[in-house]
Amino acid sequence: MLPEITTYRNSERARYPFCPGCGHALVNDHLNAALVQLQLDPRQTVIVTDIGCVGMSDQYFDVHAFHGLHGRALTYATGIKLAKPALKVIVLMGDGGVGIGGHHLLNAARRNIGVTVLVFNNLNFGMTGGEHSVTTPHGGITATTRGGNLERPLDICATVAVNGASFVYRGTAFDKDLPARIAEAIQTPGFALLDLWELCTAYYVPNNRFSKTELLQTMQALGLAAGVLQRTENAEFAHAYRARITDQRGQPVAPSQPVEQKFESALAKPTRIVLAGAAGGKVRSTASALALGGMYSGLWATQRDDYPTTVMSGYSVAEVILSRAEILYMGIEKPDILAVISPEGLSQVPRQLRAMDATQTVYVTPDLANQIETRARKVVFDLDRAPVPKKALALATTAAIVRHARLYPLEALREAICAGQRAEFAQENLRALEASETILQEVVS
Amino acid sequence: MREFMDGAEAITRGALAAGCNFFAGYPITPATPILLRMLRELPKIGGVGIQGEDEIASIGMCIGAAMTGAKAMTATSGPGLSLYSENIGLGIMGEVPLVIVDVMRLGPATGGATTVAQGDVQFLRWGTSGGFPVIALCPTNAAECYALTQRAFNFAERFRTPVFIATDKEMISAQQSVETSTFENIPIADRARAPAEGEFVPYRVKRLADTPLFSPIGGAHLVRFTTSMHGERGILTKKPSNVNKTSRHLYEKIEAHRAEFELVAFDAPERAPTVVVSYGITARSMIEAARDARAAGKKVSTLTVHSLWPVPARALRDALRGATRVVVPELNFGQYRLEIERIALALDPRPQVIGVNRVDGELITPGEIEEQIL
Ligand SMILES: Cc1ncc(C[n+]2csc(CCOP(=O)(O)OP(=O)(O)O)c2C)c(N)n1
Ligand code: SF4
Ligand SMILES: [Mg+2]
Repeated sequence: MLPEITTYRNSERARYPFCPGCGHALVNDHLNAALVQLQLDPRQTVIVTDIGCVGMSDQYFDVHAFHGLHGRALTYATGIKLAKPALKVIVLMGDGGVGIGGHHLLNAARRNIGVTVLVFNNLNFGMTGGEHSVTTPHGGITATTRGGNLERPLDICATVAVNGASFVYRGTAFDKDLPARIAEAIQTPGFALLDLWELCTAYYVPNNRFSKTELLQTMQALGLAAGVLQRTENAEFAHAYRARITDQRGQPVAPSQPVEQKFESALAKPTRIVLAGAAGGKVRSTASALALGGMYSGLWATQRDDYPTTVMSGYSVAEVILSRAEILYMGIEKPDILAVISPEGLSQVPRQLRAMDATQTVYVTPDLANQIETRARKVVFDLDRAPVPKKALALATTAAIVRHARLYPLEALREAICAGQRAEFAQENLRALEASETILQEVVS
Repeated sequence: MREFMDGAEAITRGALAAGCNFFAGYPITPATPILLRMLRELPKIGGVGIQGEDEIASIGMCIGAAMTGAKAMTATSGPGLSLYSENIGLGIMGEVPLVIVDVMRLGPATGGATTVAQGDVQFLRWGTSGGFPVIALCPTNAAECYALTQRAFNFAERFRTPVFIATDKEMISAQQSVETSTFENIPIADRARAPAEGEFVPYRVKRLADTPLFSPIGGAHLVRFTTSMHGERGILTKKPSNVNKTSRHLYEKIEAHRAEFELVAFDAPERAPTVVVSYGITARSMIEAARDARAAGKKVSTLTVHSLWPVPARALRDALRGATRVVVPELNFGQYRLEIERIALALDPRPQVIGVNRVDGELITPGEIEEQIL
């Protein structure tokens, strides 16, 4: 049994730095009382502070302390909780932090991450000189709303409550039972928030002739209820995450996927190949198989894909280089082989077509053959005799090219198209491969 | 053993080999493959991999986790790096071990999401306020992605600071044959920990160039972390002597150890009048250009820079000494050329520095570099 802790306040820096009458001092005292009530192990407790006058608070407590950027306290708190779910993580932030970090507040509530948030809500930015915040009441006078605030104040509690917070409380720094409420929040496994209205005696109070009475009246006038507003028991995120991944423990980590050489290629010089087709036409998977087949045949390979961000429509162009030596520069300005498989693909390769010369070859489907002007050799597939479904065109023509250009044994491509495929896809691929025989026989040069 | 893989896979494996156990990131082309793989792999070792609500949250989560002792990494591209900016500064000020992968794409702003560039080089160096030194490594192939990711973690641990891995769209997404049996496993360096007994002062260092001892949040000592200017106890301070000490410490911690960051590959079979200096994906074109130039009877040496920041000044001086012509190919308007010019300025004879630059989303070809080798 550990000796009882009578205060979590840091004796070295006992006096708060806040202005006389500042509500921050009251809330910090209530927090201290709550910690004393709970007798938390200081080594298992973290106070994460935001920026602003409230951000100085962590220095006055003898627990772990993390003082981060304006509005981002919840992100560090989330990281801490995810890494060490057993820790009690308490976030102290101002209404300014709620504003600039609103996105994190929404998401922390929505995730139900197990942290406790105390909003030191003094209705304005204290530290920077009394500017308006997201909670400044309508009509409130601040340094940036001299004629009265036109904006509607944010209902912090309703916002986090509707998004799944486990515990939500609205009150003031003057609430007598606040230590008990804070303690309950800290003991809540999921996301807990206390919206604590208080006085900024340097700015909001003098600017608006404000006191405890006006504070309570404002809350009432806005129709904002006080007290515990929500208690739910959804799963806490950090624990839920751990539970979700337990069955993955011990699975092989990033296992290597060796590609063994099983065939020989007679390819003499580096060969740069471009497949220009359409989205949905299996251009990329065909290019992968082409490269893999090369590797099965002892070659080095690279593959680069280009496609619009809307992956299911438009062009799909893949570049493959096969070489006997390691490939450094991966670009292709002047392909040795260009396969034009669809109009979408054709639209992407005018530069390459212009650059190619008579030592190089364009392979093209009959429908596009006469749209192509190039100095390169032109090889047209005859698809009339051996109709190939559109989806299989890239693979069938690529297989034909592997044979025709003698890149490597067709057997290697056959293995590559079946590698890692489910049986029905492998069958489909094999049919396309067989079709290549027919269309190649009919090649018209 | 050969495998067919992209840089994202090599970085993932490197990170895991280095002991990475926390990753948070926000999807962005072309960095997404790293996010996906880290989220796929980390649960297997009981680590945490998560998509944050945005980049600020993602790097914030990494920072929080890192201070509990985790080895954290995040990955993004230009737009996300812009959002990291303030937290990069926090990482420097609070002394957070963290690895940040920047997969460069054509900027500014949204720019060309699927287009290669090397336009973030000076942004990495000066991308947060204050002008404090940073460490940035830059791989040119998958094997280096693997090795330099481990080194990035080691530097992050040793110096308790964010370390960048500067990559690009092609390096991360192009698939390549890779001889993985040659992948280098680097001995893991962990941050020096404070002994469990005795007083712990979170930011205390003996010499300015030292790194403070680490104690995790949730560990034996109460930890006081802060992003604000602080004294050794982590308490906010404006006292000039304290401020000066902390500022100089953050500077010296990196600058006094510059020799450790000199990671380059100098290829100089013979004294050559022309030296080509490059990095990342463009260094591959440089090496090919030099090979072709030598085959054509020209004399040229090449220097591949693997540690962009701090600038490997000594290695660069040694490589440039006696040269008359320095060619610097890069996929931007000449950002690293500025650093080379600075070095060249102090040399006698002073070599001419020539840039080869592209900003059209295409790689620099070996031919374009070879043209500049006389
Ligand atoms: C990114 C950023 N923008 C602006 C600031 C300046 N700033 C410091 S504190 C603060 C407002 C704090 O208000 P609040 O969160 O309500 O805390 P209070 O001072 O009222 O306790 C601002 C805007 C900052 N530190 N960081
Ligand atoms: S400025 Fe306002 S919030 Fe800041 S310490 Fe003074 S009274 Fe408190
Ligand atoms: Mg405030």
